[in-house]
Formats: sequence, structure tokens, C-alpha cells
Amino acid sequence: MLLQQLVNGVMLGSTYALIAIGYTLIFGVLRLLHLAHGEVFMVGAFAGLQLVLLRHFGPLVALIGGLIGSALLGMLLELVAFRPIRRRGNSQLAPIVSTLGAGLVIQELMTKYFGAEQTAFPSNLHSLVYDLGFVTVTGTQLFILGAAAISMIILHQFVTRTRYGIAMRAASENIEVASVLGINVDTLILLTFAVASALAGIAGVLVGLNFNAISPYMGIDMGIKGMAVMLIGGLGSIYGAMMGGLILGMGEVLSVAYLESAYRDAFTFGLMILILIVRPTGLFRAGLNIER
Amino acid sequence: MLGSYWESVAIFTAINCLMGISLYIPMMAGLISLGQGGFMAIGAYVCALLTKGNVPFGLALCIGGGAAALAGVIIGTPALRIRGIYVMILTLGFGEIVRVFFATFEPAGGASGMGGIHPLTELWQVVLATAAALLLVWRIRHVRFGRAMIAIHEDDVAAEAMGINLTRTKLLSFTLGSLIAGIAGGFYAHQALFIDANQFDFMRSAVTFLYVILGGAGNPFGPIVGAVTVTLVPEMLRVVQDWRMTVFGSLLVVMAIWRP
Amino acid sequence: MSALLSVAGVSRYFGGYLALNDISCDVAAGHVHALIGPNGAGKTTLFNIVSGTLRPTSGRIAFDGHDYTGRRPDRVLKMGIARNFQHVRLIRGLSMIENVMIGCHAWIDRGIIGNTAALFGISSGERAAASKARELLDFVGVSAKRGVEPLELTLGDQRRVEIARALASEPRLLLLDEPAAGMALAEVNALSSLIRCIRDRGITILLVEHHIRLIMEIADNITVLSAGSVIASGPPSAVQRDPAVIAAYLGKSDEPAVGT
Repeated sequence: MLLQQLVNGVMLGSTYALIAIGYTLIFGVLRLLHLAHGEVFMVGAFAGLQLVLLRHFGPLVALIGGLIGSALLGMLLELVAFRPIRRRGNSQLAPIVSTLGAGLVIQELMTKYFGAEQTAFPSNLHSLVYDLGFVTVTGTQLFILGAAAISMIILHQFVTRTRYGIAMRAASENIEVASVLGINVDTLILLTFAVASALAGIAGVLVGLNFNAISPYMGIDMGIKGMAVMLIGGLGSIYGAMMGGLILGMGEVLSVAYLESAYRDAFTFGLMILILIVRPTGLFRAGLNIER
Repeated sequence: MLGSYWESVAIFTAINCLMGISLYIPMMAGLISLGQGGFMAIGAYVCALLTKGNVPFGLALCIGGGAAALAGVIIGTPALRIRGIYVMILTLGFGEIVRVFFATFEPAGGASGMGGIHPLTELWQVVLATAAALLLVWRIRHVRFGRAMIAIHEDDVAAEAMGINLTRTKLLSFTLGSLIAGIAGGFYAHQALFIDANQFDFMRSAVTFLYVILGGAGNPFGPIVGAVTVTLVPEMLRVVQDWRMTVFGSLLVVMAIWRP
Repeated sequence: MSALLSVAGVSRYFGGYLALNDISCDVAAGHVHALIGPNGAGKTTLFNIVSGTLRPTSGRIAFDGHDYTGRRPDRVLKMGIARNFQHVRLIRGLSMIENVMIGCHAWIDRGIIGNTAALFGISSGERAAASKARELLDFVGVSAKRGVEPLELTLGDQRRVEIARALASEPRLLLLDEPAAGMALAEVNALSSLIRCIRDRGITILLVEHHIRLIMEIADNITVLSAGSVIASGPPSAVQRDPAVIAAYLGKSDEPAVGT
């Protein structure tokens, strides 16, 4: 039973991690709190859903569709809501206001178009079940775990081996570094948004599969949780985000299993507040210094 | 005088103005809270519970505000040690935790909320409170406390070198804001007559933030203008009513680009 | 004359780099005491330690016999030590007179009673601060420009306003960090007489400067730093002829020209 919960926890946790990594990338490189990131996640889920509903594609295609859809939206956001502000100077507040506004717009548009109800996310994996003796996993769960793991591995390769990935990490120290590496800052920023959003899109489809339901309101909840994970793991630390996501996922699943389900969110925010009070740089080193 | 529908609208508008002011004060010192909804919730629930116990409205409002202010001190204290943008995240988390708390706190109704609140709020009360808050903010700007907040916001190194205790000033600023949000919550509860945790969620805090940004954070009338606009315009224009968030969201983006 | 400020055995490491090595130095009351030395000598570091912005790694600093090592800048100000900043830090959003009134923060309308009285307009603090600010703006010579936005003043005038602000706190010791930097000759002369006027008011001055001629004119005592250590100390006439000082300034032929 416990092992089962752990599996669930890892699954939930990896989706949180994917979103948190997106926040972290954008925050790390741009010092921007991307308040529309949750909506990007939600749009990815819907994009994937459309592919499944309209053309009866399987979950893998849905995943790719969600990835691409979110990445495109993310890049659009950068161009429309963020780049013009960058051109005008370096306010800290303006980009946040802008992403907040963009998020509101996206959410309402999606609600108007798709309705406020929850929609099911059908998949041929839902019925596959594998009994491994001590734990039972469904095809869906395997898919989610696999997709999340592969995404994180690819991301890891990207930020450690490719020029752009390394530039992204370097840029979180100092954005000037990008130009030293011969990389156009505009391109780097656009790419950061694209990668972060793609991860969110993947998470969107995975969450849709996991709970077999998506709604236009899932963005807010996930968005806030993603921020909480980023904080818990340490702002600016990608691996912190990964670990933070897993911790949170486990914590939530376990608190639902062993305490009342209503306290699920309490775990998240309680942990977040505790971290902020006790260790504001987050649990893992390599987070940015946030103290004065 | 006004029809009772418009009287209700006026009351909610004034409550929103109070919320706008509640955010404006900490923002003077550079503290941006995305959790004013949480303080409003505390004020609303505490006040409602008290009036159900036959405590006079005025006293209940003060105690509700006081409870919110206490929460302000508790959350404000760690917020002082971390830099600007992280305060936003901290307060956002606080707002969520308050929401979760009231959604699970059975003595206050839990997920089904609290109904049967006595309809004690009247227009003159809220208008008076808003006017008092405005007067307070105006006076603050022209005394030592206001100058200190502005100095901290602009250049806290210089401010500290001039003898300003950063911690005390920022904490006072934040707490004053949460007090006012709590009082707004108390008024809200006794006008809406039914409250549940979801009425005080992140959207509430985000919309409060919207009032201040839309109306301008440079002077105390800004949040008033913002609150009035955001509350009244949807009442007047059906189009805006249906696409409220799209309109306001786009406005935010536009303002962020052209008028930071 | 007794030492108003006493620096004893102060050292400061930045990581592995020793910026200040066992510095000891006394500033006598009523003096204009200058701190000079080539670039990188550690003048700014010592200055920041004395003003409370930085803690020494070891050693002690005392004001009027009282050890104040490690005290926060706002508490240092309340003791009677005020400072200016090399890159002028006036507060945008406050008028010129309000900028100076910030300096009065430590002695007007303090505590709950003071602040509340100020809000209700019944305290004398505001009036006292305003009149002090006017007097000081006049003293430093910018009252003709009273209506101007502080950040639109010339650099020289901004410096004066900042000095007025520091004086508003009624310090016994005034710390000046390169007040003549970037100034034209006429302005430097005016600064020189201003500093003398300040000393004549009974205020002790510790001055970090590169402008050697200014120093020689107005300093009563000079401490020369080089590479983190004191290499000479005494009245201008002695320091001028000290071979170690001459070597420190002229001996480094591979150094680019001195000038900030």
C-alpha cells in the first residue's frame, strides 16, 4: 500500500517538477515571475486533448501536441507580453503585471471557448494494467513516469551539453554572459520561454492523463503549486525544482492517504511558508540568494 | 436613495476601494503583497463569527481587523528578510494557505462556507471607512512615517543610514495594510451574507493588485480609481461584463508596456 | 583634545583578500580629519566600517569612548554619526525639503505617541523638521533652488542637499565620502568653505578624498592608507613631506593615473 502511494507520489511529483523547472528556467535567466505559466500548462493539456478527441491519436502524439502547443504559446507570450517591456528598460514589476494580465486573458479565452466544465482525457492506456506483485501500475502511470523521466533527462542533457543550454544556466548568473558566448540574448530568452513552456505542456498532458480530467481552471492551482515548488527547491536551481517537485508530490499523496484529503493543499503551502521563514534560499544549495 | 441593487454595488465598490488602499500602503514601502485576499478572509470570518455571538458590529470589525493585523505581523516578519519579488511569492502562498485553512475549518463552515450572517453593513459605514482610510494615507504621506516608507522603497541603504529602522517601518506598513484588508473583509461578510474560502482566493488578491496597478501606485487616489473602474465598468458595459478578465488582463499588459 | 572616534586594530577580509590590516586611528573632536591614499588602499572599506555599513573581521571602533563595533547603520546614526554617499543617494519621490527632513527621522515624533500625534497634526516635530531643513538648505547654499526636483539638480547641488540631510540628524561626527568627486574647481572651493563652516559649528568631520589640494587646505589631521595599512598620520605639513607617502603616491609607476 505504501509503495503504491509512493508510486503515485512520484508521478504527481514529477509533474510538479516539470512545471517548477519551467518557472525556474524563466526566473533564473530573467528574474521574472511568470504568472501565466500555469495557463501555459493548461493550454498544453487542452492541445493534447484536442488531438486525442479530433483525430483519435494516442497519448504520445497528444504529448507532443501539448509540448508544441505550449511552446508556441510561451513564445508568443514572450514576444507580446515580455519583449516590449524589456526594450523599455528594466522594471522588476512591469513584467509581472504583464504576465498576470496575459494569464487572465488566456484563462478567460479558454473558458469561453471550451466551457468551464471538466473534460475527460481519454486514452487507450487507461485500461492497461500491469501487476508487478508488490505494486500495481496502469499503462497510464508507466507512460507518465516514462515521459517525465525522459523529459528530465533530455533537459539535463540540454543544459549541460548544448551551447544554448549552457548559456541558459550561465545567464542566470549574469545575462551578459550569453553575448560573451556569442549567443543573441533575444534568441536565448525566446528559447528559454519555449523550453519552459514545452515542459509545462508535457506536464499538462501528463496531468490530464493522470486524473483523466482537465479544465480551464487547472492552470491557477498548478501554477501556484509550481511556484511553491520552485521556492521550496530553491529559486534558480533546476535540480532543486526537480527534488522539490518530488517532495511535494510525495507529501501531498501521503497526506491524502493518511490524513484527510482536505489537508492536501495545506501540506504544500505549509511547507512553503516554513521554508520561507526558516531557510529562504530553499532546500537545495545553488539557489539564488534571496536575502537582503 | 439608490435602488437597492445599485446600493449594493456601491457598497462593494467601497469595499474594493478599501482593499486597494490596503495594498497601497505596503506598496509605498516597496512591499508588494499578492495575499491581501488572505487578510480579507481572516477579517471576514472573525468578524462574522463574532457578530453571530452578538458582539456589536463596530467592535467585531475592530477585532476582525486586529486578527488580520496579527496575521500581518506573523507573515510580515519573514517577509522583511527577503528581497522584493520574493515577498510576492510569500504573500501569495500565505493567501493560499488561508484559503485552505478556511476551506477545512469546520467551526467556520469548512468547504460549505458560512451563511446566515447578519446584514449589518450599510453604505454610509463603508464610505466613511474608505474616507477615513484615504485621509489616513494622505496624512501618512506628509509625516515622518510616510517619508520613511518612500525612502525605504527608493533606496533602503540611504534610508538606514539616516536612522530609519527598516524592519520596524516595513512591518508597520505591512501590518497597517493587513488591518485595513481585514476591516474590508468584515464589511464584505456582512453584505454578502454568505462567505466561503473560495471568495478570498488568489483571484481576489490579484484583482486587488489590479486596482492599484490600473489606477496608478503613485498616489492614494490611484487604487480608488482602479477599484471604481474595475467594479463599476462591468456593471455599465455588458461587453466588459462578459469578457471582464480579458479586458482587464489586456489592459494590464498594455499598461505594463507603455506606462510602468 | 580627546578622541571622538577611535579605530583600534581593525582588519577586514573579503574572502581571502585582506583589505584592511590592523588599522588604528583616532579622530579628535572638532577636527577635520582626512583619510587619503592611492586607489585600492582600503579607504572606502574603512569608511564603511566606521559608518556601520560593514563589519570589521577583527578590531573595534568606539565613539566617544563607547564601543559600537557591529552596530547597524540606523543605530550608528542615532549615536551621532551621519554620512553622505559618494554616488549621491537622494530619494526620488520626495521634494528637496522632504529629502533633508529624512535626516530628522531619528529625533522627531518617535514611538507610538509621537507618530500618532504627527498623524493628527498636533505634534511639533513636523514643524521643527521643516524649519531645520530650510535652515540647512540655506546653510549649504541651495535654498535658491528650493522648488527644483532634487534629481534634476547639478551634481554639486545634489551633494549639498545630501550634506544638509546628514546635518539634519544633528550629528557630532560627519562622515564625507569623496564629496569633491567630479566637481569643478569653483565648486571645490565652495565645498572647502562649507566644510570649514561645518567644523565651526562644532561638528567633527572625517573625510575620504582624492583631491589632495582640498585636503591640504582644510584638514587638521591626515591619515594615509596604502594597501590596507596606515603608512603615515599627522598634520598636513608633516604628511606632505613624509617619504613613505610620497613613495606610495608616486612610486607606483605602473599604476594608471590617480583619479576616480
